[in-house]
Amino acid sequence: MIDEIRRIQASSDGLIAQASSLDALAEVERTLTGKGSELLGLKKGLGALSPDERRETGLVMNEVSEAIRAAVAARRAELDAEAQRVLAQAERLDLTEVRAGRDAGHLHLVTQTIEELEDVFVGLGFTVAEGPEVEDDWHNFTALNFGRYHPARDMQDTFFVGLGADREVVMRTHTSPVQIRVMEEQEPPIYSVMPGRVYRNEATDATHLAVFHQLECLVVDRGITFAHMAGTIDMFTKAYFGAGWNMRLRPAYFPFTEPSAEFDLQRPDGTWLELGGCGMVHPNVLANCGIDPEEYSGFAFGFGLDRLASTRHGVTDLRELASTDIRFLEQF
Amino acid sequence: MKVLHSWLSEFLDAPVDPSAVAAAFDDLGTPVEEETRLGEGLDGIEVVRVLALSPHPNADKIQLVDVDRGDGEALQICCGAFNMAVGDLVPLATLGTVMPGGMKIERRKLRGEWSNGMLCSDKELELGDDHSGILILRAGLALGTPIVDALGIQADVLWELEINPNRPDAMSVMGLARDVAAKVGVGFVRPTPPGGAPGVPVTWVSSGPGGRVEAGGFAVDIADPDGCGRFVARVLNGVDPSASSPPWMQQRLAHLGMRSISAMVDISNYVMLELGQPNHPYDLAKVAGSTLRVRRAVEGERLTTLDDVERTFTADDLLICDGADAPVGIAGIMGGADAEITDTTTDVLLELAWFDPTSISRSSRRLGLRSEASARFEKGCDPAVADLAADRFCQLATEICGASTEWTQVEVRGTLPERPPVTVRTARVNAILGTELAADTVASLLDPIGFTASRLAGTDDHEVTIPTWRYDSATEIDVIEEVGRHFGYRNIPNQELTEPRSGQLTSLQKERRAVRRLLCGLGLAETLPLPFLAPGELADAGLDPTGIELLNPLVAEESVLRTALLPGLVAAVAHNHARRQLGIGVWEIGHVFLPPPEGQTLPDEREHLAVVLAGHDAPAAVEVWQILAEQLRLEQPSVRNAALPGLHPTRGAEVLVAGQPFGIVGEIDPAVLGRHDIGERVAYLEVDLGGLYAAARRSEAYRQISRFPSSDIDLAFVVSDEVSATDVERTLAGADELVWSARLFDVYRGTGIDDGHRSLAFAVRLQSVDRTLTDAEVAEVRAALIAAVGSAHGATLRS
Repeated sequence: MIDEIRRIQASSDGLIAQASSLDALAEVERTLTGKGSELLGLKKGLGALSPDERRETGLVMNEVSEAIRAAVAARRAELDAEAQRVLAQAERLDLTEVRAGRDAGHLHLVTQTIEELEDVFVGLGFTVAEGPEVEDDWHNFTALNFGRYHPARDMQDTFFVGLGADREVVMRTHTSPVQIRVMEEQEPPIYSVMPGRVYRNEATDATHLAVFHQLECLVVDRGITFAHMAGTIDMFTKAYFGAGWNMRLRPAYFPFTEPSAEFDLQRPDGTWLELGGCGMVHPNVLANCGIDPEEYSGFAFGFGLDRLASTRHGVTDLRELASTDIRFLEQF
Repeated sequence: MKVLHSWLSEFLDAPVDPSAVAAAFDDLGTPVEEETRLGEGLDGIEVVRVLALSPHPNADKIQLVDVDRGDGEALQICCGAFNMAVGDLVPLATLGTVMPGGMKIERRKLRGEWSNGMLCSDKELELGDDHSGILILRAGLALGTPIVDALGIQADVLWELEINPNRPDAMSVMGLARDVAAKVGVGFVRPTPPGGAPGVPVTWVSSGPGGRVEAGGFAVDIADPDGCGRFVARVLNGVDPSASSPPWMQQRLAHLGMRSISAMVDISNYVMLELGQPNHPYDLAKVAGSTLRVRRAVEGERLTTLDDVERTFTADDLLICDGADAPVGIAGIMGGADAEITDTTTDVLLELAWFDPTSISRSSRRLGLRSEASARFEKGCDPAVADLAADRFCQLATEICGASTEWTQVEVRGTLPERPPVTVRTARVNAILGTELAADTVASLLDPIGFTASRLAGTDDHEVTIPTWRYDSATEIDVIEEVGRHFGYRNIPNQELTEPRSGQLTSLQKERRAVRRLLCGLGLAETLPLPFLAPGELADAGLDPTGIELLNPLVAEESVLRTALLPGLVAAVAHNHARRQLGIGVWEIGHVFLPPPEGQTLPDEREHLAVVLAGHDAPAAVEVWQILAEQLRLEQPSVRNAALPGLHPTRGAEVLVAGQPFGIVGEIDPAVLGRHDIGERVAYLEVDLGGLYAAARRSEAYRQISRFPSSDIDLAFVVSDEVSATDVERTLAGADELVWSARLFDVYRGTGIDDGHRSLAFAVRLQSVDRTLTDAEVAEVRAALIAAVGSAHGATLRS
């Protein structure tokens, strides 16, 4: 019987090796070790043998069965690998051919600038306030201490809106009316910035827009001084532009602040950037908002954003900022 | 305002270097906008004579000029000006000269002809603004004379300064000098022209506000003392009408931007620029009754002004009239043509007045007429400087025109604003500026600029007299600004804010940012078009054509406030479509302006969000809405099919939150697309974002997830087209607490389904947090769901 077993073993190697598919291998395995296989038939005859022969033959039988199982498993692994290879070949993709049908989307560069500035001021302990773009005379002018005949109320500068009494409703000419709204609604201390869109009735060109954006900063508290204003502008300058930047103040005039100043920023290379205006909130403005100017003082500063946003990207014509051309929008 | 270093220096008691003056201007709030060094860079420029003129063979706009530098040789120059004649003396910039503007003169060919230098205009020599032709020099100069010697040019510095409205004093050379002197620490010299020969002028003054005073054969009458605070008049006789103003005066005027007209007019302008007192010389012979009368105009009254324009007045305008009460000038703005000084004028009636700034400002604006005089009056002139200005005028007129006069001065006083002294608290000064100035320091900073400070006994405070030349200044804070200005802003130390505070965005601002990021995540680009529309643009977008209008738009195309973002974004698609940029996806968050609600003046201004998806049909926009609703955790967001303005008649819907409308979604109306030449479908969503921030939100509470297996069942219902698929889904989701989720996955219309109905198939997942559901439980829920949908929507299970 051992010879028979050895013969089966000898023939099995070839059969297993010749199996060219997983299905064929399964068939071979069934033939060699399954029900009705020669090996199983021989195994049933073991009982008829003497104990010694049975032990000896049994060992051989187990050895051969094990060898066949191992050979089948090895062949199966081979065929599996081959099948994976074939499948992989069939599924080949050239990933260099992939193009996204959409991109990460684009925030407008003005929005990006506003968010960055807001973040800087939030980091410095400020909140962000907002207000309407169509304003009444009180908030845009009168409460801000603009005399009845101040040139800024002139038809040259202000878009008047066909609502209310004569010249009562305007497109806001600055973000300062939000100061008034904040002070009317909130008791000091006030530490707030106000970004937003503003309107001037001025012909547009590459460096001037009729519709543009400003950000203002307002602080009202006890004991606030011009020195605090200088320190805050300096801190903002370094936080937003970088440590190598400095600022200077030059006397100026605005109806709603006194003393007033322009602030210029000095780039690390020594050149100057004229950025915005600032000053101590005029006592009349505080009083107009129901804040006692003897108890509280405050400062405000503000500047235009559009040039900041454009300069950073080398956009030389500010009118591009209102562009709806996708070639412009998708660059930012 | 422009000013020359040499002129300014006449008011300083010690020389001050131009660079120190310029630095002082910057520190004082009269910053230098432009600085021009005069008389420099003229070294290689000399006097030459024009020998011959001939056309350039290859160019129309250039001619060939042969000039003689003194050696008799003809030197060829190409020149773009044609104002010179053979024999004229002109300035030539010789080869190698570096011009004041920095350009180097080299031998070069212009259209094939050699040019051996450049003939110069006034402007090129920076002697003035005249660039209309080559400067023709006076005859008799020796050829080859350096231009500096020929014109008697001395090195000087010209500054153009920016003057703020609160600095009336800075509108004169004297005022600027006073401020600079205080800043740099030199003495200020007030000029003292002779008060007339042989002695001081005899002044006749009115007793009360307004009235008439006559003396020396002429009269002044103020009928409107509120409009005219002071009126000083003098008469100058025997003026030589042929006299011309001296070159030094003409040059100074030219540098400060005024053309030389005649001696008398030049003197008038010179005095105004120097002392800040606008003044007007009338031809006495043409002033009826030798009387000047100040009164308000009669409605509709007319006068032709010096610029030959006929002006019509209202009762608000202030006029100067003659003895016959006929207007001869607009007070403080411009004189009339009739009483103008001419080349035959020998007797002059001189007006120096103070007019109410508001009155001048209103008239000037209403008439659209501004002048050097009105610019000064509307800021507020110094009412006290008229006497000095009169003396100065007479001094110059005597010197230049040989005028003689009896030096009679007639003055009528109107109502001048009260200028009470101001108490200035030293503690307040320091509390505003953040300084630690001593009381004496405050006084010493104010005194040199005429703010006289006297200490209030027993205090650190001062009573400060406001100088007459600072009309703008009236309160303590005004004086504090002066202290700060002269102490120097740069000397105030930076100080940090120390009050504890926490900065943060509001939840609304955080949500707006989240929405922006979401839209970017969908691959869309933000755009910020102008919020102004052209008339008809709303109608073209299919919307109600009425929008709030601007009364004074820059252009008609930008005259209507948008009531929706739709028109701007349709235009954006059209713009890109016209450039073969198809399938764009852009969004905008911006304000729209709806009519004011009852009882309110300002518009109903809202923040809208709109998304436009070119090349997509309506469902793409609905998906964006659903994702947005998810981001904002809106309560029961849905859509309700409807025919809406601007949208496709059968592919549009309102978007709803808890049943309340918040916007529109769908496809843009093909008619709108057609009007914009857009040849692709365009999906669109516009919502009232400001409203959504405040809309009902889903609970933030956590819903426990189960550790047990779930059971899935699919249910298809035949549902009338009238019923919202979302509503059916919500019924399923809410019908039993074991329903974890219900989701529409298939819609079928056609064979086997009645007309006006469709089959809606939902995948429902059942789930219990505490057990595995049995088949019986699942069957029970299934039956309950079918019953619920049946009763709520009249729908039947599809067989």
